[in-house]
Amino acid sequence: MKGLAARRRNPIVASMLLLVALLGVGGVYAVATSAAPAEAVATGDQTAIDEGKRLYLEGCSSCHGLNAQGTSNGPTLIGVGAAAVHFQVSTGRMPMAAPGAQAPTKPADYTEDEVAQMAAYIASLGPGPAIPTAEQLDYSDADIAEGGVLFRINCAQCHQAAGGGGALTDGKYAPSLMEATPQEIYEAMLTGPQNMPVFGDGTLQVEDKQAIIAYVMDLQQAPNPGGLSLGRLGPVSEGLFLWAGAMAAFVGLAVWIGIKAR
Amino acid sequence: MSDLTTRDGASAPDHGHGHGNGDVPADDLARPLYEGPGALPAADIPHRPRRSDFDPKAARRAERQVAGLFLLSMLMVVLFVVAYIAIDPQADIYIPVFGEIGYMNFALGLTFGLGVFCIGAGAIQWAKKLMPDVEVVQERHSLASTPHEDVETAEQYERGKEESGFAQYKVIRRTLIAALALFPIPLVVMLRDLWTPTDSAAGLSPAEQLSTTAWVEGMPIVTDGTYVKIRPEDIPVGGLVSALPEDIEEIQKAEHNLNARGKAAIILVRMEPDEIRAQQGDGWDYQGILAYSKICTHVGCPIALYEHRTHHLLCPCHQSTFDLADAGNVIFGPAARRMPQLPIGVNEEGFLVAKAPFAEPIGPSFWERG
Repeated sequence: MKGLAARRRNPIVASMLLLVALLGVGGVYAVATSAAPAEAVATGDQTAIDEGKRLYLEGCSSCHGLNAQGTSNGPTLIGVGAAAVHFQVSTGRMPMAAPGAQAPTKPADYTEDEVAQMAAYIASLGPGPAIPTAEQLDYSDADIAEGGVLFRINCAQCHQAAGGGGALTDGKYAPSLMEATPQEIYEAMLTGPQNMPVFGDGTLQVEDKQAIIAYVMDLQQAPNPGGLSLGRLGPVSEGLFLWAGAMAAFVGLAVWIGIKAR
Repeated sequence: MSDLTTRDGASAPDHGHGHGNGDVPADDLARPLYEGPGALPAADIPHRPRRSDFDPKAARRAERQVAGLFLLSMLMVVLFVVAYIAIDPQADIYIPVFGEIGYMNFALGLTFGLGVFCIGAGAIQWAKKLMPDVEVVQERHSLASTPHEDVETAEQYERGKEESGFAQYKVIRRTLIAALALFPIPLVVMLRDLWTPTDSAAGLSPAEQLSTTAWVEGMPIVTDGTYVKIRPEDIPVGGLVSALPEDIEEIQKAEHNLNARGKAAIILVRMEPDEIRAQQGDGWDYQGILAYSKICTHVGCPIALYEHRTHHLLCPCHQSTFDLADAGNVIFGPAARRMPQLPIGVNEEGFLVAKAPFAEPIGPSFWERG
């Protein structure tokens, strides 16, 4: 024991320990960062990239340019990352049926494999957000109440407090979140599709995003105990419904009361 | 007061008549029979008998309809009680158009609503089909008081003046007038509260309170909701962060209200530095990160409805639109002022901080600001 203690004070041991610690930290970091995109291995796969490029040139390049550099019809895709490709293509938003203010969802034009290949190609053009891992999407331990607070601060201004969506400027709109999957919600926050701002991991950390996802999932399952939800848009649609609907009913009743019986 | 006359001129029972005995006062007889537009002689309205008036079968059918509506109402009330007892309050039911909704609420609302409705509908059907059917004219009378009433009112006033001795007791009269004059003073004195609403804002005038926020030089910026300090690299291009001053929670605790939060709320957005066409001051951004007030300058709605490609900030209340790439200027809507910008930088630890307080008051206009 005494000999070991003496040897530990040796200056070489100190630098050895430092080296071990550095390697350890570096190794953990490398594992952590490469573990993040589970498909990172696939994204690096050259055949997937080549196949993705072929699909890209067929389906996307007319608007985004032959080298994804962007044109007057579409923004550059260099650096948007695999997450943006998965969000846009798997929900059918891209390719758009026609240029317009909004890219609406529609049945996806590509299979999951094809989406992954295109994502691999776009990810190879420049660093960008990777497709979130199953671990990042696991919201089972998330705090729904905290998610509600964060949702109202960060999301409700456009998507409404109950996730019903709402109008933006010039025909654009924030879509309803009632059909959104956890992966789509995560990717949307990470990549800022269309006019949605980016909510980066720095200010809305992974557990915050999970809490928001948990809240939206809770909203999706929540029934409408009060009856007709009217898009869950709140007092505006409810007031309009009462004014237009109930007033019409009252006028009808008044006419029936006033009309002379035969 | 109303006089009801049947179409053949006979006097109809008039329960609303003030005199009670149905006699027409002499004053009313002196007036012309028809005053102004709208009054029609009952004789001009052709009388058309209803089926139930001459067909006993139709009359019995109407009777059954009315009774049926009342019976339906009874059934609904019974169903209400049954629904209240039998239905699981947590159960949902799918109703076409409505979607998935609460079963019990739906059943209770439907049965109670129909129960009440059927009583009313039955009563109306009864009145329409079976109660006496005669055309009547309701005449309009002048609303002015009669000369007799005018004189009587004036006499009463004079008598009250005499009996109270208002003119006679000079001291009483004067002290009463003085008391009434002083009575509003507490209401005015309490307006001083506008100057000192809390200990921490003691002595600030209302205008000063509206003109200042919790932002001071060097105040770190934290995220709203999670209250963590922000580094510039945390905000990607196209990013949006709702943010507050670091000490906002302490201020809230001290002031016991949300006023400071309401004034200090900001949003941080990041764009490419060459996309920024104008700012409210030189170098008020930090590497393309801009901080703007979150409070609309129209009527003060909190707004974070930001389109990151157009850089437009849209207020959902009245559609005021601000261009954050162009110094926060108003490009649409009722807002009269640009969105105030907060100059920001980083401190020695690398966190985003305010470089100075807001240079102009945030939020909607107020009196002193014009």
